[in-house]
Amino acid sequence: MVAKRIIPCLDVRNGRTVKGINFGQLRDVGSAVELGKFYAREGADELMYLDISASLEERRTFTSLVEQIALDISIPFTVGGGISSIDDAARLLDVGADKISLNTAAVSNPSLIDKIAGKYGKQFVVIAIDARFEVEDGLWHVTTHGGHRTTDRELFSWACEAEQRGAGEILFTSMNHDGTRHGYPCEVFAALSEQVTIPIIASGGAGGAEDIADVLTRGHADAALAASIFHYGEISVGELKRRLASQGIPVRI
Amino acid sequence: MIAIIDYRTGNLRSVMNALTRLGADYRLTSDPAQIRRAARVLLPGVGNAAEAMANLQCSGLIPTIMELRKPVLGICVGMQVMCRHSAEGDVDCMGIFDTSVEKFEPSPELKVPHTGWNTISNLETRLFKGIAPGSFVYYVHSYFARLCSDTIATTRQGILYSAALRYENFYGVQFHPEKSGDVGERILKNFLEL
Repeated sequence: MVAKRIIPCLDVRNGRTVKGINFGQLRDVGSAVELGKFYAREGADELMYLDISASLEERRTFTSLVEQIALDISIPFTVGGGISSIDDAARLLDVGADKISLNTAAVSNPSLIDKIAGKYGKQFVVIAIDARFEVEDGLWHVTTHGGHRTTDRELFSWACEAEQRGAGEILFTSMNHDGTRHGYPCEVFAALSEQVTIPIIASGGAGGAEDIADVLTRGHADAALAASIFHYGEISVGELKRRLASQGIPVRI
Repeated sequence: MIAIIDYRTGNLRSVMNALTRLGADYRLTSDPAQIRRAARVLLPGVGNAAEAMANLQCSGLIPTIMELRKPVLGICVGMQVMCRHSAEGDVDCMGIFDTSVEKFEPSPELKVPHTGWNTISNLETRLFKGIAPGSFVYYVHSYFARLCSDTIATTRQGILYSAALRYENFYGVQFHPEKSGDVGERILKNFLEL
């Protein structure tokens, strides 16, 4: 059976990673390529590079960085952040990105999913959904702009629509859990897994190996994406995968 | 020289990058003469089998490919179009491998596309020299080739299917060696050394 995937996420600005300490022998933790290689050697199954550029010039730097990553790294990687048109997608595909992650642009212009998946295949399109649970109506509201704007869309119907339009994977972050390090809403992940047939990547909330084990088993997630626990040396990718394997979770070691 | 057949199908960059990492001399080409001259030929492909077949037909390259006597490697959809038939678009393919391509039936335990790392077993031929059974390779596909007498590696995802096929000088892999880390690199290297 297919292994559960562990995906470190690297935030990149102006060609440099913005988080990350505590990497022993790694010479330059700010180098997005070097850090990616380091994670790949440790056993990361894929990488996610998130462009948090604030200017056009920084965005150009990101494109040439993607080209270098594709040359140097022999495992799949996804790029996300600020992709809002089929031209953006084409530019990233041309320099070697395996997948792109769409968030705000897909919500405001859902047919973008059809266009990109139609042209480049659904395996190229990851739909990232940031949603917040509201106690008042008991619904998961889809948010955009990094969680700053609440939309009138609801998590489950949006995930199904995204799948129908051609998403190859769903990357779901609970804004109630993101950054808390208290674990994932596993029952929500499990429900989401019932509603769509494409793989689901869990993000936001991991405090340690137990949380990740939980979302991969009880939450039926196919992959877990994390940033802080790896960047700040909480646990290494290799150690995490060994702990998951010891609990009988299928991982690539 | 290694020819990577360019028939307007998805992302060729990762295959080119993998060959660059191996230090191989390659050309991206749709020129029959150049393909015939090449020592090795790669037929990549992502996306849709019916579209890939249509593009190949349009390019007029099918007779050229089928007459090749040098080692040829089809990757993913590139392998599928070398089979008899694909359920994706109900299309007749090149018929090099004696098997058909079917769709995975999704279930909560069986997500489709089959995305991620899975193991290869029952490894045959020098394509897998130095590769241990149970090694992980990277997959992303919704259609699979049934087992047949040409099967030279298997993977289980719900059912057991052909991870790789071979008929004479033609090889095909359903997984992406160009994205499969050290294991994939070794398989590509083996192909170049066949």
